[in-house]
Amino acid sequence: MDNEALKEFILQRVPEAELAQGTQYLQVVVPAEKAYTLLSELKSNPQTSFDYLFCVTGVDWPQHMEVVYHLKSTTFNHMVVVKGKISSREKPEIETVCKLWRTAEFHEREIFDLYGIVFKNHPDLRRLLLTDDWVGYPMRKDYDDPVNMIAY
Amino acid sequence: MEETVYKELESEEYFINMGPQHPSTHGVLRLVLSLDGEIIRKVEPHIGYIHRSIEKMCEHDSYQQIVHLTDRMDYLSCHINNEAVCLGVEMGLQLEVPERVKVIRTIIGELTRLSSHQLWWGVMGMDLGAITTFLYGFRDRELITDIFEETCGARLTMNYNIPGGLMFDIHPNFQKRTKDFITYFKKKLPEYDDLLSNNVIFRERTLGIGNLSKEDAISFGVTGPTGRASGFSCDVRKHHPYSAYNKVEFKEILRTEGDCYARYQCRIDEMWESLSIIEQLIDNIPEGPYKAPTKAVIKLPKGEFYQKVETARGEFGVYIISEGQKSPYRLKFRSPGFSNLSALNHMAQGCKIADLVAIMSTLDLVIPDIDR
Amino acid sequence: MKWLYDFSYLTHAIHKGLSERFEPGTVVILEMVMVGVAFMLLFAVLGLVLVYAERKVSAVIQQRLGPMRVGKWGTAQTLADVVKLLLKEPLINKDADRFLFNLAPFVIMIAAFMAIAALPFAKGLHAIDFDIGILYIAAVSSLGVIGILLAGWSSNNKYSLIGAMRSGAQIISYELSVALSLLTIVVLTGSLQLSVIVESQADGWWIFKGHIPAMIAFLIFLIASTAETNRGPFDLAEAESELTAGFHTEYSGLKFAFFFLAEFANMFIVAGIGATVFLGGWMPFHIGTWEGFNAVMDFIPPIVWFFGKVGFMIFLMMWFRWTFPRLRIDQLLTLEWKYLLPINLMNIVLMAFLSLMGWHF
Repeated sequence: MDNEALKEFILQRVPEAELAQGTQYLQVVVPAEKAYTLLSELKSNPQTSFDYLFCVTGVDWPQHMEVVYHLKSTTFNHMVVVKGKISSREKPEIETVCKLWRTAEFHEREIFDLYGIVFKNHPDLRRLLLTDDWVGYPMRKDYDDPVNMIAY
Repeated sequence: MEETVYKELESEEYFINMGPQHPSTHGVLRLVLSLDGEIIRKVEPHIGYIHRSIEKMCEHDSYQQIVHLTDRMDYLSCHINNEAVCLGVEMGLQLEVPERVKVIRTIIGELTRLSSHQLWWGVMGMDLGAITTFLYGFRDRELITDIFEETCGARLTMNYNIPGGLMFDIHPNFQKRTKDFITYFKKKLPEYDDLLSNNVIFRERTLGIGNLSKEDAISFGVTGPTGRASGFSCDVRKHHPYSAYNKVEFKEILRTEGDCYARYQCRIDEMWESLSIIEQLIDNIPEGPYKAPTKAVIKLPKGEFYQKVETARGEFGVYIISEGQKSPYRLKFRSPGFSNLSALNHMAQGCKIADLVAIMSTLDLVIPDIDR
Repeated sequence: MKWLYDFSYLTHAIHKGLSERFEPGTVVILEMVMVGVAFMLLFAVLGLVLVYAERKVSAVIQQRLGPMRVGKWGTAQTLADVVKLLLKEPLINKDADRFLFNLAPFVIMIAAFMAIAALPFAKGLHAIDFDIGILYIAAVSSLGVIGILLAGWSSNNKYSLIGAMRSGAQIISYELSVALSLLTIVVLTGSLQLSVIVESQADGWWIFKGHIPAMIAFLIFLIASTAETNRGPFDLAEAESELTAGFHTEYSGLKFAFFFLAEFANMFIVAGIGATVFLGGWMPFHIGTWEGFNAVMDFIPPIVWFFGKVGFMIFLMMWFRWTFPRLRIDQLLTLEWKYLLPINLMNIVLMAFLSLMGWHF
């Protein structure tokens, strides 16, 4: 499916999706609550069959948080970037995609560890890189660490 | 009566900490094993012992500085990591680098892949108890590091790439030495097969061990030779050619067995392919400048850029989110080792401890690459 | 120089000299002390030489030089290592069973000492010539496993325990093959006494005289004895890439040195048995009626023959170790119970048949 058809496909399922213009890959921003619905549709629909999730990224914007899913289909070789927009920075929550792509388990643990985004229904949501007793989420822009401060 | 007897003989699961200091975790990786006798019930990787938060550091660094940080992740394919960031930045700047740069980057990238696979081969033998392979692998690797040393001044973390091109031009001896190396290594590579690949014990230890199906490989995002051994066609050099890979002929090594031996054979075959790629390019390095002019302070336009390359371990991705500043707003490294490690528990269940070691070494993990 | 060819001249002279000066009881004690000291010295020298040899052999196989700094060609390297091991702090795990932990290295060493006593080094150089020599050695050399099990158990370390358990399973299994392959030759000699076995090879070594079954037995002995000494490719008890160091993970300093020494001593012992039973012990190499050739061979002293053959066997074992990958525990046991043992039993029947028909030389 080319990008135009994909746009059509996505907008049919999630009408409130925002599609970015002139980007490297097709980029879709959806609210966090809709992200799982869209992703599972993209994965399971034989027309799209995005079976390869190659990157999951957490981003901390000033007003909201984002989880970026980079998807590729190994059968059709098309790609799409889905962004789940989480409006709350205080209590960020999004549905896990572990059931769809097993690689998400580690990636989501890492994002939980560094951004504090809670992935609902994740089988084993614990800190991954940092110690279990670490306080705070270091990759957030407002994280302040006076001890191990990076001086510029 | 019978039931009580059964209960008394029942075995109990126990835990072992494999690592953080353990010879076959190849670094500070800790695996918590649940064992039933020698049989593994569950492997739980604990990572982060050398987490340096490179991604956070990148948010404060200029793009030229970021290139140097990537060396410290997968130090065995450092040149390819550098290349990924440089390509990402060049994509953002819409900068066309000279042909000469592309070819040299490809040659050195393939040499890096060769040296990484040589080291892996040595270590793989050592993990299975054949210590001699380690020395053989290093013997040949030494020649590549010598070439690197002559051209870039460093042997391991070379920092040869900069956004826009190369740090400096290749050494006049580079072509000759590389060609000498190729003739030498073509004679030595069959030795690898003699010593390990055709050994009965080695085949017994690896055939049918640690199976990973194609579906699971895709689902776990297992890339590189590990994924290709399961039949997952994931070679970025083929699917999204960068640098000079669209100018050369090479096969994507695919196998379908998905066991340790397939992964092993995949890497061995990949060494042959790398040799052939270098052979095609080494005599055809075009003349021209070795870098495109860039500004001292690189500011990427607002936007998002994702660049993926094929390192010796698999698909390495650099995801740059730029707000138009001199440093990225967010920079994510998609490291191959991280995803490959996540499949370990799936592959190792029901195996013996000795099999886990074989699986670990065919995954070819580099711990700084996982921890970042 | 007569004693070099027959040590009984030397030993009788010593015995006579002592008997003239002391009571018979004292003489026995004195002689026992002398033999003990001699074996201790032999062990010390063996340790030094074999460790050095192992390093050099592995270096040659791995295309490097090995130790070169301490002494000419690095010959004093092992001495330096011994000094280092002696000066190291003996660490004991907090939760270890201290008594068993300290006992284990000695059990292994004692087993090695007991086994070496029955080896005939040269004509007349034989501490105890049991009439059940082979049985005795087979019995005693398997005592070492108790030391390994003790070490693994008392260390209170799971790696050590796994290593010890593996080692227990391995040694007990391979003990069978070692004993059965030796039995194959005993069928021909008709005696378990080592001196008789050596004497019976004056006209040719058993490996040649017993041809096919003897060759098979020798191969099995080589494999099984390598496994019994826990050396690569059967070093599962140590398996540094899996169990860090297996049963001796927690040992350091002198006690570690004991384990290390015992490994080399055991290697020497099995090589000695192999040389004695299959390769004619201290008997020189003779070819039928070639008088001149045989005379030259006879000129080489028996003790040189013995150590030469042992050296050859040890070199073979080192070669294995530095070439092959390690087996897995289930493959190891499969190899023994499904292949070596049945082949061995068939081989004994074949040998008995051969011996009955008189088809050997």
